[in-house]
Amino acid sequence: MSGFGGFGGFVLRRGIGTILTLFAISVIVYVVFYVTPGDVAQITCGPRCSPAQVHQVAQQLRLDEPLYVRYWHFVEGLVAGQDYSTGTSVEHCPAPCLGLSYQSDQQVTRLILTKLPVSLSLVLGAMVVWLILGVGTGVLSAWRRGRLTERVLTAVTLAGTATPVFVIGLILMIVVCGELELLPFPQYVNLTDDPEQWAWNLLLPWLSLALIEAASFARLTRSSMLETLAEDHIRTFRAYGVGERSIIGRHALRGAFAPVIALNANNFGSAVGGAVLTETLFGLPGIGQELVHAVNVVDLPVVVGMVLVIGFFVVLANAVADVLYAVADRRVVLA
Amino acid sequence: MSLVEVTDLTVEFGALRAVDGLSFRLAEGAALGLVGESGSGKSTVASALLGLHRGTGAAVGGSVRVAGTDVQAASDEELRRLRGGRAAMVFQDPLSSLDPYYAIGDQIAEVYRVHTRVSRRTARARAVQVLDRVGIPDPVRRSRSRPHEFSGGMRQRALIAMALACEPDLLIADEPTTALDVTVQAQILDLLHALREDTGMGLLLVTHDVGVAAESVDEVLVMRHGRLVEHGPVEAVLAAPAQPYTRELLGAVPRVEARRAVGHGSPGQDAGGSQPDGPRPAAEPSGEVVLEARGLRREFGRGKRAFAAVDGVSLTVHRGETLGVVGESGSGKTTLGRMLVGLLEPTAGEVRYEGRVSSGVNPTVQMVFQDPVSSLNPRRSVGESIADPLRARVRGVRGKDEARIRGRVTELLERVGLEAAHYDRYPHEFSGGQRPRVGIARALAADPRVIVCDEPVSALDVTTQAQVVALLGELQRELGLALVFVAHDLAVVRQVSDRVAVMRRGRVVEEGPADEVYESPRDPYTRQLLAAVPALDPAVAARRRAERRQPALA
Amino acid sequence: MSEAVTKAAAEAVIAAQAPGTDPASVPGASGARQFWRRLRAQRAALVAAVVVALLVLVALAAPLLTALEGQDPTTYHPSLIDSARGGVPVGPLGGIGGDHWLGVEPQTGRDLFARLVHGARVSLGVALAATIIQIAIGVTLGIAAALGSRWVDQLLSRITDIFVALPLMIMSLALLAIVPAGFPRPVLVTLVIGLLSWGNIAKVVRAQTLTLKGLDHVSAARLSGWGTWRIARRELLPGLAAPVITYAALLVPQNITVEAALSFLGVGVKPPTPSWGQMLTAADVWYQAAPQYLLLPAGALFVTVLALTVLGDGVRTALDPRAASRLRVGTGRRREHRADTAGEKETSS
Repeated sequence: MSGFGGFGGFVLRRGIGTILTLFAISVIVYVVFYVTPGDVAQITCGPRCSPAQVHQVAQQLRLDEPLYVRYWHFVEGLVAGQDYSTGTSVEHCPAPCLGLSYQSDQQVTRLILTKLPVSLSLVLGAMVVWLILGVGTGVLSAWRRGRLTERVLTAVTLAGTATPVFVIGLILMIVVCGELELLPFPQYVNLTDDPEQWAWNLLLPWLSLALIEAASFARLTRSSMLETLAEDHIRTFRAYGVGERSIIGRHALRGAFAPVIALNANNFGSAVGGAVLTETLFGLPGIGQELVHAVNVVDLPVVVGMVLVIGFFVVLANAVADVLYAVADRRVVLA
Repeated sequence: MSLVEVTDLTVEFGALRAVDGLSFRLAEGAALGLVGESGSGKSTVASALLGLHRGTGAAVGGSVRVAGTDVQAASDEELRRLRGGRAAMVFQDPLSSLDPYYAIGDQIAEVYRVHTRVSRRTARARAVQVLDRVGIPDPVRRSRSRPHEFSGGMRQRALIAMALACEPDLLIADEPTTALDVTVQAQILDLLHALREDTGMGLLLVTHDVGVAAESVDEVLVMRHGRLVEHGPVEAVLAAPAQPYTRELLGAVPRVEARRAVGHGSPGQDAGGSQPDGPRPAAEPSGEVVLEARGLRREFGRGKRAFAAVDGVSLTVHRGETLGVVGESGSGKTTLGRMLVGLLEPTAGEVRYEGRVSSGVNPTVQMVFQDPVSSLNPRRSVGESIADPLRARVRGVRGKDEARIRGRVTELLERVGLEAAHYDRYPHEFSGGQRPRVGIARALAADPRVIVCDEPVSALDVTTQAQVVALLGELQRELGLALVFVAHDLAVVRQVSDRVAVMRRGRVVEEGPADEVYESPRDPYTRQLLAAVPALDPAVAARRRAERRQPALA
Repeated sequence: MSEAVTKAAAEAVIAAQAPGTDPASVPGASGARQFWRRLRAQRAALVAAVVVALLVLVALAAPLLTALEGQDPTTYHPSLIDSARGGVPVGPLGGIGGDHWLGVEPQTGRDLFARLVHGARVSLGVALAATIIQIAIGVTLGIAAALGSRWVDQLLSRITDIFVALPLMIMSLALLAIVPAGFPRPVLVTLVIGLLSWGNIAKVVRAQTLTLKGLDHVSAARLSGWGTWRIARRELLPGLAAPVITYAALLVPQNITVEAALSFLGVGVKPPTPSWGQMLTAADVWYQAAPQYLLLPAGALFVTVLALTVLGDGVRTALDPRAASRLRVGTGRRREHRADTAGEKETSS
């Protein structure tokens, strides 16, 4: 069958599309941030820089050259690495080089790499929680449709969608850590150091981030299962004596796969935003917390680097979801 | 004991009584056809036989016994054993009736395991076996395909295979061929017949098509508004209907072997099986050419996926004549129709209107659409929709024109058999039989010379169909319109057409005066199409079936 | 074909959030009146509508209400703060009394009631204005993509894809960092949210326009000789109203949450302008001494977002009763619905 060849071609085309999107995002971000009103060199260097230092930064950023040359230089650094002279010595910034933070005197890539495990632990862990919790709740509502269970679950999920991450996080922290003292205030522990402590400390952040997402997954799962249950092929299996358990668990749930994947891709971006709030709230030393800090002190190279890295992950997640979606629903590729 | 015993069955959906006091029996191995127009309750009866109304809020009264199970009194467990085990059902739309996400073989195996508790492997083997039985080539490989990888006819075969899996005593087929092309329909009906001969199972066939029933069953039961109208052996009921409604129904059925009535009369009314007297004079093209297609071609898609839906079609339409365009699904007939009215630009070739090349839409070439619901804007009153072409002509409508327009629309509404009061109604307030009339009135409002009718009657019941066909004929005579009548139904096309073009895969395979094409077809495809049309006479049907089997054996 | 998947994915997402309206199923006879009738029939939506109306009223009348209380949101009251105990408000329950109906802020002594009602002004104002921007851009680009040539469609769809992929929170955070401090913050937040997050609505509008364009009644209108503009206005735009309103009803609570989140992080609306998100920033430290300092803005946010969400659900149901009744399972309605579908099945057989 030509289906697989078509599928391979599809993955290839999607890959190229992803790279183009990333390219477009990097151009937009670079241009927007380095064409800001005001003296870019002064802003980049920070408020406490001497005129000499500012001049040096301006040279390193090649501010006298046209924008596209500067952008090209930036891409060069990403691909091949770059050398920076910091006053007396010359520092090499290996690829992928996202530039130098003059305010904290650090390479942005290195800074991000130290923060990345925290953020990945938070987001990926929370994703597992919201998928299990959300889809589970949705299946339960569809299974007990028309009964009290469903009404209660519907009300709870509705309330869930209306509770912002930082509100639920605040309340969880105050109640669980403060009043009940069930858990200590979270403090990040490396997974490699102590997996058990890692999980315990991330439990509340995971829940805060996952609950609101879980609510929308529960709504989606329920509605798409109910929609499938109204379809003709369900009638066929009922007319052939197939039991309710198989109809719900095998046929109706299968119909919810593709929408769940699509929603996961769509919500990934907002979940990353939620992660910033969660990290700030619980004081987790991740990318989000660092980004908020960089934004507050206007550390441009760090902001640009972080936005690009986060954009990379979000676009990548979208691409992966697209491919998974096509696997879940092959008709899409053939159509 | 009877296989099916229905006594005084009543099904109510809220205030609506869909089935009203119906009783019938079906002996072991016998075949009964439930025939009726839409709203007659025939499908509701089929569902009631398997207790499918249970838990849906429908109120079911009376008693239903199927293969020894009292459906009304049975426990859920007993009902599950009946469904698929003793009595299996085949549905109308084979694509939506199968789960799109699982392989066909797995779906059949799942059903088989519900009733037999065998291993997965055995069940898969059984699935392959039944797929082979219903004539799916290479069943081992095809059992791994999913429904969308099958053609329409293959899907219906797969559904029948699922029904056969547990060797039921009764097969309930709910409009099993309605979604299929006529040649595929013939194959499926032949398959059902052969299976019945082999296994001796009983058949309950639900259909709106009297021809399909004549082909397949021993007895027919005619239903209307949920009640029984007439019940008897198929030969007797079709040859000598006792009830007026049955006579009306049979009279409205277009017959492929009947010549078109003289003088463009209302065909459906007098076509009660009798041959029209005398040959028709107007077979040869008389008037000047109004619409002409030259080498029309239309491609869809790009690159490797490009295909030509219409591929080099040339046609002429003369003043006052009807050109029938007939073809199965995918033949390109709808694409052709849309190019003729200018809704689609041809990839190559040209459309000439009164000798001049025309491109884009032209109000004097109008169209009547297949779906009367989607062809009317649900948010505008019907009168406003009809007035559109009038308003487009008079830019800057003033009070005086307003009254004139309203008057003209009223006139048109009355001409197509509606009332002036319908002006301010909205499309959803019209019945299924009235909507196509609205579509015709709107087409007429533009004072067209040519109207292209794209499957104008295929969504209608036969009685309504006959009325709409008659109306079109009258209008044509009165206004000297040229009609292009695009349809898949060979009998309807013959009823209305002076000349006929047969399309297949984007090309016209045969064109000529209607009687010539129907009575002495030259192209093998036309012959195949004509042989597949269900005959109303069971004896003829049996003979045709034998003929169809011959080439298959050869 | 990647387009096919992204489109399918977008449609699935949209279906999850706002089940698409079936263009043929909306009977038009006095559409607006029917809409109100269906909306009124839902008790939850009605309650939500009343709550939303009250909130809007409070936001509009904020200066009046604070004048009635005799306070304003920005004046410091050092006398009401016990600096010896680290800035806790003087008096029971965080300083609730006749002068300060809901007490005062710890540390500063600013009036909480005044900040809360003025916060409503910021919250609702920013969210509504941002929604208007999103809808304007989304509808324009969506229609342009659907009706334009293949190249226009390709270009606009790619741009839309990029904006859909941008993480809104992150981009807003970063953008808010580089704009000079002099720019009025609420306006800035509005612009950032509005200009960044219109991708999904553009996709919805494009898909719906394409569907409508393919309908026979649009073809019929073309055949009657009308020009493109008139057809777009008469046949397309009314069909777009339902999905756009439905989606707008989803965007408002979403925008409220984003504004609150940005202010919570300290980059949104900045002091002295009051905002609910900003009030929450410091609240966790004070929850024992002045619990209302935490509970009031959190509760206000929760109630507002919940009411808007419920109202949005209600609007969707009222606009598309068929899709909605398929997803709602209540005994009486179910019976009615089954009867409908059974009737339809019969007619179509």
